[in-house]
Amino acid sequence: MNRATFPHRVLPWLLIAPQLLISLVFFYWPAVQALWQSTLREDAFGLKTTFVGLANFRKVLADPAYLNAIQVTVVFSILTAFFSMAVALFLAVQAEKVVRGKGFYRTVLIWPYAVAPAIAGMLWLFMFNPSFGSLAWPLKQMGIDWDPLLNGKQAMGLVIAAASWKQISYNFLFFVAGLQAIPKSLIEAAAIDGAGSRRRFWTIVFPLLAPTSFFLLVVNGVYALFDTFGIIHAVTGGGPGKATETLVYKVYNDGFVNLQLGSSAAQSVILMAIVIGLTAFQFRFIERRVHYG
Amino acid sequence: MKHASLFAGAVAAGAFALPAFAQTEISWWHAMTGANAEVVQKIADDFNASQSDYKVVPAFKGTYPETLNAGIAAFRAGQAPDIIQVFDVGTGVMMAAEGAVKPVAEVLQDAGMTFDKSQYLPGIVAYYSKPDGTMLSFPYNSSSPITYINKDIFEKAGLDPNTPPKTWNEVWDMAKTIKASGAAPCGYTSTWLTWIHLENFAAWNDAAYATQENGLAPGGVPELQINAPLYVNHFQAMADLAKDGTFKYGGRTSEAKQIFLAGECGIMTESSGGLGDIVKSGMNYGIGQLPYDSDAPGAPQNTIPGGASLWVMGGKSDETYKGIAAFFSYISQTDVQEYLHQTSGYLPVTMAAYEATKASGFYDQNPGRETPITQMMGKAPTANSKGVRLINLPQIRDIENEEFEKMLAGDQSAQEALDNAVSRGNAAIKEAMGQ
Repeated sequence: MNRATFPHRVLPWLLIAPQLLISLVFFYWPAVQALWQSTLREDAFGLKTTFVGLANFRKVLADPAYLNAIQVTVVFSILTAFFSMAVALFLAVQAEKVVRGKGFYRTVLIWPYAVAPAIAGMLWLFMFNPSFGSLAWPLKQMGIDWDPLLNGKQAMGLVIAAASWKQISYNFLFFVAGLQAIPKSLIEAAAIDGAGSRRRFWTIVFPLLAPTSFFLLVVNGVYALFDTFGIIHAVTGGGPGKATETLVYKVYNDGFVNLQLGSSAAQSVILMAIVIGLTAFQFRFIERRVHYG
Repeated sequence: MKHASLFAGAVAAGAFALPAFAQTEISWWHAMTGANAEVVQKIADDFNASQSDYKVVPAFKGTYPETLNAGIAAFRAGQAPDIIQVFDVGTGVMMAAEGAVKPVAEVLQDAGMTFDKSQYLPGIVAYYSKPDGTMLSFPYNSSSPITYINKDIFEKAGLDPNTPPKTWNEVWDMAKTIKASGAAPCGYTSTWLTWIHLENFAAWNDAAYATQENGLAPGGVPELQINAPLYVNHFQAMADLAKDGTFKYGGRTSEAKQIFLAGECGIMTESSGGLGDIVKSGMNYGIGQLPYDSDAPGAPQNTIPGGASLWVMGGKSDETYKGIAAFFSYISQTDVQEYLHQTSGYLPVTMAAYEATKASGFYDQNPGRETPITQMMGKAPTANSKGVRLINLPQIRDIENEEFEKMLAGDQSAQEALDNAVSRGNAAIKEAMGQ
């Protein structure tokens, strides 16, 4: 591998200074603040502050509601990442096969990405509202007792569907690009050797898409963990019960609704550790098995 | 009686003492939208036009919780507004923040005005006062839960559309009749289960919500009492009706209004502030007072207000406080209160405005608009009916809602739900009070 070298010592620092500054101000500074806040017990207005060390962490980790949030987050994130990637891959492969109007299909499939999470949540909420939702009606006709307001599993299904739908476009875009990078000659050679389309996909296309899939796995994991707050806030508000309260939603709820800043800060520090750990794990172990071609 | 100010003399004296060029700006953060936001703007504009020393500048800060959070964040950054509108549930949070806020009674007295409690509607002022009667915040928009019925559904079900249910047992019976007759797919629904079926249910039936006078009495940690038999029976009846859809759950806040507006349910309990939407829908509706429990000896007692009040932040200049006092005295004026009450549907704060509205024949033309006032004023408040004052009421409501949802889904009985709510709630209160 070639190493790019600069003759100057100061120049590289100057060049990365803007990025460093942004990271410092918008990432490290708030992160340090969160760390500090997580060791304090404080009323909402900050009138009385006491240093409590790790007491907030101990309380959070012993709280059954927090363990529930971890479970909800794991189920929600895995299913959301899986469905958004699986559907996007399927659509991308199908769009590749389209002969006429390829551009049109692609453009139309990218549109949902432009929808803000809260709006996407509202759309799904209206479509599946048990009283007046246009898609809740056929569900009821099929004999399904559709009531996500009280049925936790249905509520979970609804937020997973909304969160996946929102991310499909993004994944689709990358899969299309990934598919275009696969040499046609490989696929043609396999076809001549008598491999069917299903076999061609699983033995040639899918492995060669591995770098794209890995990248999307990281992005979708982070998306499901953090960017889905707006959807959950709009669709279920964490309910019914605590059935859809993810870790991020709990940070918001405890901090901004219940005004327990110490507990909320401790939770965000834990969340930070989880994400750092998860990303490191992905790069350390899964990336090794990815073939970059 | 028109233009009669409660502190008119004092205001006039204050106004002439200041030079005209030194105009003091007073910031007012609020959470009003739509028609209610226009009312805020008009009141501020009229006040600014009425004198030249002070200028009230309203700023919209989002929903109620968002406005409260914006105020807290601003206070922590040393940029607190002068006046902030805080919703009923946030009252406990604000009261606990001594030093961050300045009691309204003090603001008025410091400006040389006398604060006469008897001029205000007792139920409302008691809610926003300390146990010793000192008014802490200015009740700007107050509402009270009432019963709405769909008269067309009542007729179809063979019920008398002119007699809304008076007791909860009547609600359950009528709801069953509506469902059984096929007049509507659901008999009864309700918005805000925590506010209507716990906080107001307690006050209206003169039952304790929590010890320490529902948290109003100083000292000690209040403990929830909402798993008493009166509550358990009430919620078990609701849970039973939910099984076949006779009672339909809409959500934690005001979502159930949509179900009622869609004609799905015959009866609904909702805030009096929700009247506007019902009127606008063109529905053939009727209004009754909030049902009470016929097993409760003291019922009906009085309901407690919802809505929001205006808090004055601490650490401002004397000049600012004088301006705030002048502004509060302005919005206490009878004609301003009448305008507020009749336009926004919120309750008037002063007796004079209530009497004037009554004399104008407004209630004869708009039957039902007086119901939320009479049920709040009916009797002098008892230890159980002054309101609920917990430092973390929003969190307690969340806990209660979670347990109700599990109960209505059939996962637990009313006894289990309320026991859980009490044990989880008590732990949360202790935690919040730093015990």
